[in-house]
Amino acid sequence: MWKFLHQFASPPHVYRLAKTLVPWLALPGYGLLIYGTIAGLFFAPPDYQQKDAFRIVYVHAPAAYLSMMAYMVMAVAGGIGLIWRMKLAHAVAASAAPLGASFTFLALATGSIWGRPMWGTWWEWGDPRLMSELILLFLYIGYMALRNAIDDTAKADKASAVLALVGAVNVPVIHYSVEWWTSLHQTSTLLDEGGPAMDAAMLYPLFANIIGLTLVFGALLLRRVRSEVLKRERRTRWVRDLVLNPGAAG
Amino acid sequence: MIEKLGMSGYGFYVWTSFALAFIVMVWNEWRARRRFRAAWREVEVRIKALEDHE
Repeated sequence: MWKFLHQFASPPHVYRLAKTLVPWLALPGYGLLIYGTIAGLFFAPPDYQQKDAFRIVYVHAPAAYLSMMAYMVMAVAGGIGLIWRMKLAHAVAASAAPLGASFTFLALATGSIWGRPMWGTWWEWGDPRLMSELILLFLYIGYMALRNAIDDTAKADKASAVLALVGAVNVPVIHYSVEWWTSLHQTSTLLDEGGPAMDAAMLYPLFANIIGLTLVFGALLLRRVRSEVLKRERRTRWVRDLVLNPGAAG
Repeated sequence: MIEKLGMSGYGFYVWTSFALAFIVMVWNEWRARRRFRAAWREVEVRIKALEDHE
């Protein structure tokens, strides 16, 4: 068991494993996204209240979910890096940040675009869901700025991990904001106590996009982790062998 | 077909959202690939310089 887990602390092992896993995540991920997008745009019936405007959910909900999940990946990896001093965990955290920031931006932008016809406004400064999601974007930007501001990688890893862990408190706030406070944003449709409050024809494309985007996120994360590992391990023997014999070393 | 693309009057909002998502996905893919190529090149140059020096 420990031997199995220890492999994930080994940079060459993770570098090669990531290379193997990327196509296995990316291909089904993009396949599901294509299915979910086409089915959501053209085959799902229109909503009885929002008409075709509801189709924005096929972009907005997966992006919003990934914005929070990427942050949790970043915070948990940062925590593992801090507690067990595992350099690879810091590489994962650093790789998750730009991806999470891009999905947070997408969730905010599509939410704003959806809000204009439904709520009559692009943005509402007092809304708890909108503001907590905006704070999440600032946390990502702050995390990346902090890493870039510190030249020493070890110090940057520690400082940014602390920021990621402190900021993690915002994730449950985003999720429960619509229940704790009055918000323009609707309550959760998928995680309703009585099951998803959506027709199956609307629901399946949404699930496809959520699972598809999660798989694509995994593939993109692993691609970025490979770059981080290469940069961090540039002085090691295995990277030297890999660069001099790329075909042999994988 | 034109009616479908119009999205019952919400076409601008729906298509803008999907276009944005497409741009973000392409950007993420491009950045990940570019980062890897840059990291590889950086390491390659360094190691080849060391090899030449030795």
